[in-house]
Amino acid sequence: MGVDQQPLGDNIITTSLDGLVNWARKSSIWPMTFGLACCAIEMMATGASHHDLDRFGIIFRASPRQSDCIIIAGTVTKKMLPVIKTVYEQMPEPKWVVAMGACACSGGIFDTYSVVQGIDEALPVDVYIPGCPPRPEALLFGLMKLQDKIMKERNSFGSSIGLGERLEPAA
Amino acid sequence: MASTEIMTVNMGPQHPSTHGVLRLVVELDGEVIQKITPHIGYLHRGVEKLSEHRTYHQTLPLTDRLDYLAPMSNNLGYVLAVEKLLGIEIPERAQTVRVILTELTRLKSHLVWIACHALDIGAMTVFIYAFREREKVMSLYEKISGARMTSSYFRIGGLSADVYDGFEKDVQEIVDTFPGHFDTYEGLLTKNTIWMQRTIGNGVISAEDAINYGITGPALRGSGVDWDLRRDNPYSGYEKYNFQVPVGKNCDTYDRYKVRLVEMREAVKIIKQALDSLKPGPVLANAPQVCYPPKEEVYNTIEGLIHHFKIASEGFPVPEGEVYQSVENPKGELGYYIVSDGGTKPYRMRIRPPSFVNLGAIEKMAKGAMIADLVAVIGTLDIVLGEIDR
Repeated sequence: MGVDQQPLGDNIITTSLDGLVNWARKSSIWPMTFGLACCAIEMMATGASHHDLDRFGIIFRASPRQSDCIIIAGTVTKKMLPVIKTVYEQMPEPKWVVAMGACACSGGIFDTYSVVQGIDEALPVDVYIPGCPPRPEALLFGLMKLQDKIMKERNSFGSSIGLGERLEPAA
Repeated sequence: MASTEIMTVNMGPQHPSTHGVLRLVVELDGEVIQKITPHIGYLHRGVEKLSEHRTYHQTLPLTDRLDYLAPMSNNLGYVLAVEKLLGIEIPERAQTVRVILTELTRLKSHLVWIACHALDIGAMTVFIYAFREREKVMSLYEKISGARMTSSYFRIGGLSADVYDGFEKDVQEIVDTFPGHFDTYEGLLTKNTIWMQRTIGNGVISAEDAINYGITGPALRGSGVDWDLRRDNPYSGYEKYNFQVPVGKNCDTYDRYKVRLVEMREAVKIIKQALDSLKPGPVLANAPQVCYPPKEEVYNTIEGLIHHFKIASEGFPVPEGEVYQSVENPKGELGYYIVSDGGTKPYRMRIRPPSFVNLGAIEKMAKGAMIADLVAVIGTLDIVLGEIDR
């Protein structure tokens, strides 16, 4: 691809900055170890031996400072919402939000005085995963959708180091 | 010795080893715990209030989500309470299948307990193994009810449907293979020096204190109190089965660990006996005013359709009165107290969750211990926030 291949042989590839950065980001999504309710158990099952999230480079981190994805796994109550917001704000950019399960998507069956009717009332959700709780395969599919979404980002890294504006990805 | 300043540390609600959204405000003198104040309610979903606006059948799925590690045990307590209020007899086969499934649920819940408890203390391998075995129970759940966790398989009056062909074979496989897996966990933990140092003498609570705090389940039996509702107040035909109730001696985390492991082995024994006594027959009580008609009737006859519609839309009236029914959940005594005013919805439903009561003793168990041991105490109490906050 226009590069002199003599000294390096096949050990060189050319790509765009976006391609490289997005590939690196999508291959090491580190979500928070943050369970709220029933869905957290399915999240644990996804991370454990049978389904094994590690093969996607997804490793749970216990600190928001080290993570770039938050999986809202369970019912969000009004008492819990400020805590979730704080945790989200503590996460460094870039960061993504996955709403796992009916409760996080829309409040689910708990249409009561104490339950927030969907985490999207407070956080910008990237992927919604329906189910009560979603199967591990559904969570895997949702995370793969998130990977696809990350690959479509345009100049999100460049804009943060002063190389122009961040662009909206083409539909 | 120099006097030190008391330091207040906040643990949770976002903490990987508080088993959910528990928040503890811990007062420390150096590393020694002086006082623990649990703050709960971060998962309060208003289940009790919600049930007042739902028919008795519609309330059932809510109970799945209380103790989400043991959904079928929660279902059982609820359906037994309503059945007691209605005074209907459950067919033999339904009772036996219920016993098989609640004991499988006990295995499932204890597998998560051993996985997380060991993980919290630093033994990652057990987590990987226990979740592998848990998948087997989950897929059986899925085959039987269509859901891996929130199954809602039991119905007031029996079961939603008969078990599938090959159910016996699948259960038999679990019965055959699981004791070997328990040996693996024991091999990894029981004589493990780190495990023993972390758990022996940790979280001690005397039998008297345990009773006074109202602790139930394995946490109570670990303190040497021989009390198991399955044997002492049998329900769903538990009196027919032969099983041991393990009790501990030293009232510490290590004894509670051993009690739970023996309990898992006893659960396998109960499943085996129940499987042997499983005979063909109906799985729904003969109570047309309460039970849904068979699906074939609903789809093919107008009477069946009307019957189904009436129960699904309006529900069924339950005689005026109140009832308390408790079951031995994996975590302890789960009780449902239902008051009926003669309508189709519960007038008031109060749930007595074992975890909530057990959590009350956390200060008693962890006071004077090091902060690092608090994680072991939370693990040994085996709490689930879904049923604490409800």
